[in-house]
This record gives sequence, C-alpha cells and structure tokens, in this order.
Amino acid sequence: MSAPPKLRIATVSLAGCFGCHMSLLDIDEHVFDLLQRVELDRSPLTDLKHCGPCDIGLVEGGVCNSENVHVLREFRAQCKTLVALGACAINGGLPAQRNHLDVGRCLSAVFQSRPGMDTAEVPDDPELPLPLDKVHPIHEVVRVDYFLPGCPPSGEAIWQFLSDLLAGRTPRVAYPILHFD
Amino acid sequence: MSRPEFLLDGVAVPFDEGQMILEAGRAAGRYIPHLCWHPDFPPHGSCKLCVVKVAGRHVSACATPARAGAEVESDTPEINAERRMLLQLLFVEGNHFCPACEKSGQCQLQAMAYDLEMTTPRFRHFYPDRPVDASHPEVLLDFNRCIYCELCVRASREQDGKSVFALTGRGIHKHLAVNAESGRLADTDFSADDKAAHICPVGVILKKRVGFAVPIGERTYDRAPLHTVAMPKSEDDA
Repeated sequence: MSAPPKLRIATVSLAGCFGCHMSLLDIDEHVFDLLQRVELDRSPLTDLKHCGPCDIGLVEGGVCNSENVHVLREFRAQCKTLVALGACAINGGLPAQRNHLDVGRCLSAVFQSRPGMDTAEVPDDPELPLPLDKVHPIHEVVRVDYFLPGCPPSGEAIWQFLSDLLAGRTPRVAYPILHFD
Repeated sequence: MSRPEFLLDGVAVPFDEGQMILEAGRAAGRYIPHLCWHPDFPPHGSCKLCVVKVAGRHVSACATPARAGAEVESDTPEINAERRMLLQLLFVEGNHFCPACEKSGQCQLQAMAYDLEMTTPRFRHFYPDRPVDASHPEVLLDFNRCIYCELCVRASREQDGKSVFALTGRGIHKHLAVNAESGRLADTDFSADDKAAHICPVGVILKKRVGFAVPIGERTYDRAPLHTVAMPKSEDDA
C-alpha cells in the first residue's frame, strides 16, 4: 500500500519575532515525523516567496503594515485551514503595544529625533510597506479557523496541535498546554 | 430535620435558608466560576461569570438565593459558552498583554480563560489608552488590566476604612479612579499592607520589586487550575 499523500503546510511570520517558528523547530525529533507527513510550501524554512494551494497555513505575528495584509490575504485564499499561531497573531502582542501612540510620532521619534541618526528623515522608499495606524490581530482581517495561544506556544503544544490537525481531529488546546505567556 | 436541597448539574446540594447558589455549591465542594465574588464580601453581581440557568432564566449564582427543589445548570456547554464570551469581552476591552504582565500565572482572569479554554479574544480590540500610576513608593497601578470587579473599592472602603478607590464614568467610559485631588496613588493614605493591596484578581494593583520573585512556570495556576485553587481548603473556609 502506498503512503498517503503528504499535506502541504505554509508558514509565515508577519509582525512577529520568529519565536513561534523557533518553537515549531523545538518539537525536536518530531520534526522527522512531521516531514514524513507534510511538505512545506511558502515558509521562512523554504524561502519560497508565494504560497500555493495548501492544506494548513500557520501564521505567526499580527498585522502591522500593508504587506502583512497582502500576505495574510494570500494565506487565507490558499490555505484550507488557517491557524493563528502565538500571542501576536491572536491579540497583536508586543507590536500592538504601540497602538495607543500616534504612528507618525513614533516614526519621527525613531528616525528624526534620535541621537546618531544622520539622515534625520523618515524613510520613504516605495519598496517599504506603509505601517498601519494600529497593529491588528489576524482575525480582525481574515477568517481564522484555529488559535494556538502562547508567547510562544511550547514545542509540545505545537506538536500536539499539529498531530490532531494532521490526524483529522479537531485540535483541542486545554490546561496545561494552554498559556497566554 | 434535614436541610433543603437543590440540584446543581443534577447533583443534590444542601443549603441553609438565605444562602446563595454559589455559596451553597461551594460549601458542598461544587465550583461555580466567579471573578467579582469574594468570600469576605457580600455579592456584587457585576462580572456575571457565575451565570447559571435556573428554570430557563440566566441568573448570577452569587446573588440568587437557593430554593428547595430548584434545578440549576452550571457546567454545561451553553452556560460555559456564555461565560467564554463574557471573558472575551473583558479581554478586548482592556489591554491584557499576558507576556509582559507580572501577574501572569497568578491572574484569575487568565486562569479562568484557561479553565474555559478560551483560545481567542474573538472580538475587535479596543486598545484603550490607560497610563499607569507608579507614583506610590511601594505599589504600582496598571489600569490597563482593570475588569471593574470593585474588589479594591470594596476592600478599601469596608475593611481598610480609607476609600482610596472608586469606579467613575458610565458605560464604555467607566474606569477605576484614585480618590485624591491629583488622582495619584502617592497622594492618598494607601499602604501596601491594606487589604485592598492584595485583593486584585488581575494585574492592576502590584507590589513593587517582587514581580518575578516566583518564576513563571511555578506560579499558582501553573501548579493547579483555577477551579481547584478557588475552592475552600477546608470546610471552615467555606
């Protein structure tokens, strides 16, 4: 009997710190089990720039700029199941701590009035995505199927979650692997 | 004469006349979730986490007297879904950024979200602007996390006799205020030994310089879930 076809998984870090991706690698030897059952599409691990049709999309980080919005929409369009991975994707996390500040004043504080900055101008290269006035959790932009909280979620939590998902079970995140920090 | 009884999720619970559903359940070892209720104070009935269904009506278990023969539903998918929604509303209304909070692992709001398996805040976040008050030498106030349970208000007024705190404003403008001309905690007679300094179920009232004395991972709700910790240790505590 031939092996079942591999599921395709895409992963991305939007306004995140790659901590959730580090935690994904922290599943240790389960990486071998995972790679026997899945194939990676767009991901920082493959360096593919666009996402093809996928079974599962894991999104780390919130939405802080226009590029994040495009990437997130591409993920939603291509992935059958979209997962918000970690605190920032779920509630904005650390980047969202700027939400009560004016984004223009943030930029000028960083680029114009900080000692040692030669140019004293806010960068405006057309290649740079424009920041949004607020950082948003991904469910405020697209529909999200599952949420796996944690900052980051532990390798154990990620593996349990993915095992459920790969086996066709509804993933359950409960005490003691459910953490917001 | 035997005590009257009501049914809590199908289990008979005895009660004394005038006792509330939550208290009677607790005395019988049956946990009903709660945030604004505290054994040392009369029921407040504001958080609504203790919602139960009695004869088709959704009532607060902390403020509804037990009745003989009543059938009370508490730990059901319907009622827990309602509680989860109340939690989600609390989470989006403030700034509950657990990874940066000293109270993480000791916070009842967070622990209840774990208990009820809340994985997403679901609604649109308010991200309100609530500056902290670090004026007091011993205690920090981080208003971002306030859930308006009024436990500090009640403790300060009724037990400390100081009335340091109050809720002010209406509806979405409601907020916790400090009873001083300047609005700063340093300009009150508040002390770190007050009952009010130790009663906050979330991370608003924090003693300075001890935030991480107990490391993350070894804290109250890392060791046991809220529905175990919140129960009286012995019959006498009920």
